Amino acid sequence: MDGMTMAEWLDDFLFTYETLIHALGVHGLLALSMYCVMAVGQLSLGQAAFMGIGAYTGALLTLNLGLPFWLVLPLSALAPAVVALVIGGPTLRLSGVYLAISTIALGEVLRVLYINAEWLTGGALGLSGIPRKADLWLIYLLLFLAVLGFWAVGRSKIGRAMEAMREDEAVAGVMGVNLPVYKMGALVVSAMLAGLAGCLTAHSNSFIGPNEFGFEMAVTILSFALLGGIGTPIAPVIGALVLTSLPEILRPLQDFRLVINGLIIVVAVLFLPRGVIPFRLRRAP
Amino acid sequence: MTTLLSASRLTKQFTGLLAVNEVDVEVSAGSVHGIIGPNGAGKTTLFNLISGLLPLTSGTLTLDGRDVTSAPPYQRTRLGVARTFQNIRMFSDMTVVENVMTGMHTRLKSSGVASLLRLPGFRREERAARDKAMELLAFVSLADKARVRSGDLSYGDQRRLEIARALAGDPRLLLLDEPAAGMNPTETRDLGTLLRQVAKRDITLLLVEHNMGFVMDLCDRITVLNFGRKIAEGGPREVRDNPAVIEAYLGTKVAARLAKAHGA
Amino acid sequence: MLSQQLVNGLVLGSTYALFALGFTLIFGVLRVINLTYGFYFTIGAFVALTVAREFGANIWVALPVGALSAGVVAVVADWVLLTRLRRAKAGELSSLMVTLGAVLALYSLMAVFIGTDIQRFPFGFVDNTAIEFGSIRISLVQMLIVGTTFVLVAVLFLLLQRTKLGLMIRALAENEDAARLMGINVGLTVAAVSFLSGTLGGAAGVLIGLNFNAIQPFMGEHMMLRGFAVIIIGGLGDIRGALIAGVLLGVLEVLTAGYISSNAKEAVAFTILVLTLWFRPVGLFGRAQAKRA
Ligand SMILES: Nc1ncnc2c1ncn2[C@@H]1O[C@H](COP(=O)(O)OP(=O)(O)OP(=O)(O)O)[C@@H](O)[C@H]1O
Ligand SMILES: [Mg+2]
Repeated sequence: MDGMTMAEWLDDFLFTYETLIHALGVHGLLALSMYCVMAVGQLSLGQAAFMGIGAYTGALLTLNLGLPFWLVLPLSALAPAVVALVIGGPTLRLSGVYLAISTIALGEVLRVLYINAEWLTGGALGLSGIPRKADLWLIYLLLFLAVLGFWAVGRSKIGRAMEAMREDEAVAGVMGVNLPVYKMGALVVSAMLAGLAGCLTAHSNSFIGPNEFGFEMAVTILSFALLGGIGTPIAPVIGALVLTSLPEILRPLQDFRLVINGLIIVVAVLFLPRGVIPFRLRRAP
Repeated sequence: MTTLLSASRLTKQFTGLLAVNEVDVEVSAGSVHGIIGPNGAGKTTLFNLISGLLPLTSGTLTLDGRDVTSAPPYQRTRLGVARTFQNIRMFSDMTVVENVMTGMHTRLKSSGVASLLRLPGFRREERAARDKAMELLAFVSLADKARVRSGDLSYGDQRRLEIARALAGDPRLLLLDEPAAGMNPTETRDLGTLLRQVAKRDITLLLVEHNMGFVMDLCDRITVLNFGRKIAEGGPREVRDNPAVIEAYLGTKVAARLAKAHGA
Repeated sequence: MLSQQLVNGLVLGSTYALFALGFTLIFGVLRVINLTYGFYFTIGAFVALTVAREFGANIWVALPVGALSAGVVAVVADWVLLTRLRRAKAGELSSLMVTLGAVLALYSLMAVFIGTDIQRFPFGFVDNTAIEFGSIRISLVQMLIVGTTFVLVAVLFLLLQRTKLGLMIRALAENEDAARLMGINVGLTVAAVSFLSGTLGGAAGVLIGLNFNAIQPFMGEHMMLRGFAVIIIGGLGDIRGALIAGVLLGVLEVLTAGYISSNAKEAVAFTILVLTLWFRPVGLFGRAQAKRA
């Protein structure tokens, strides 16, 4: 740091790693959106798709309608929430595989639609020139608030009900938990978080394309939550931090990033079902 | 006495098996009502129908005059039905006190927003809930284990925790599926005392149990099931002397011999 | 025009049916949504491509070699990923997640070493002539697809209904514990089911790769959308349902492309999938039990 002040060094650091630091925050939000569904014992593989809906909605509202960012952001959370209602409505009444299947299918169909609806989405080239309105502080503020929110709600009857559903859904129902409402609530909130993350990505990368929100991203988001575990809301966020920064630190791993993410899921499910941060949130005062 | 729970022609068919077959049961408010019958008689299935865990094939179910035939479990819980399970089903990762607080789900009124913002009302309610949970744990003699992981409790403790969790929702009707199973005689006697105290709190008990002494001692009225059908009903003495019941439990030969001995 | 489209729809539909057949078979018997299935499709196509390129094999060699290799891969994948979960009687979501992670790892590994460029069968691998019946044109590849689908389906049905292995498989599908008590070698039957479904997936990969003449590691993944739609529309685990739903989907897609737009075609599968879930979650024929949560 010779000849540099702390502030200059920080500026330099932020400049060099800007993309990574943005990605860390956004991936933290995505990990939380995964956490939210898994916390009620469900599996949604549509987090990347919800993110994509948020990203395209946000980008199009900014580019085509010129709406202010404070309005774009909530609308980008709303759009995937509506889709979540349409998909969650029928599937949450059925066994868990139906939600998982239809959400993977959602990601797949959207990818093709983004490519084909060239007039709107720019097709395979995607949308570019999106103004960079997602400041670093905003991303991290939202991440912080989301963790705090999950932590607070986790320590209430809602958190206890969610853990109960995860452990034994039928008994949770006998405790008086309105299962359909809780499942739908979790899915909608998780879709909103993913939509926010998508909108933030669009407005920090200034470019989005149809392949960023597909299968690979969906599985990657799942790997965040499985690596960290879902005992506390911070655990999946740490999972995201590790898996996002690892390939940056170990450059040779870069090519194998997706292979590693996939293998982490395999290993976590088979040998580490609680993740590497197995603590659980206390839910009583 | 008023009827709290009324089941009429309750039927549950699994593929090729009538587990509960046109059973009528009336449970009076304030009573201790026993359900007995040999293994596989359909007792647990009957409980599952009453608590809403299984949809019924036919029949009707009313609780305090209100039709709950197709109400989902959470609505029945709100109306005052609580239960324990034969194969203990606790939230084993939670602490003991958290388990009990989960049982209060329908009685806690704070909104999601209140808990998100940790408003004073919410925090007061949570503390009150914790205190009430601690009282219930003291009631079932588990106060000193409140912060233990539930899955680490001994078997008898887990059974009593399930009772505390069920009581936490202030039920009017408590279904107990073999609460004394796996308990030694001392524990069983203590359980009997506990259940009598529960009954004194104006909670109606519906009790499945294989320990005959325990049932005869505790119950005002007993319904006997065999192969899904109701074969007898009445007071403990009446049921004990009913030849059909003896036959169901001991088989025809023994019943005939007993009948002969009585006749002689 | 319409009759030509119906023919094209039927051909496309048979590829969907063929693809979904093995997928629904796994669920019907083993009760897992095995997402590595898409990789069997990819592997089938790549093995066929390799033997065609390196050894100049023709389709009659490349098709079975590709399909059977995929079958072997399927047995290994099932054994490595699912044995442990099956023994622990883990929930259906655990097995879904394991196969999901594994399939991403497999596709990506392949992409790292082979690349994601589209590859094609050697020129002249299959005669690209077409036969005309009046105004209807059917290419040789299309006839091959429909013919192979028919043969494979017939073989599968005979196997399930007429052989001892078929009996074992049906017993396993009914109830694993009961099957074990009846003295059925469950491990072996599971392997057989994996092999069968892998072979079906691999054959679909070769034929569909041939039809579109575009082979690429993630081709199996892109096929999954149709696979999901078909097995849910047909009813999870329902083989006959999957066949009919597959053909139906193919015809609907072709008609949509013809009369509405080729963009709308891509949304057909997902739209029917969601409609089915809303209005008929047990699937078209309701044989499969849509297990209530
Ligand atoms: N979910 C189910 N699916 C199919 N059959 C079932 C199911 N649950 C119970 N049965 C069958 O229904 C019958 C009644 O079972 P149930 O558990 O109600 O008996 P029980 O009286 O509680 O017996 P026990 O004293 O052994 O607890 C049995 O033959 C059982 O095998
Ligand atoms: Mg029982």
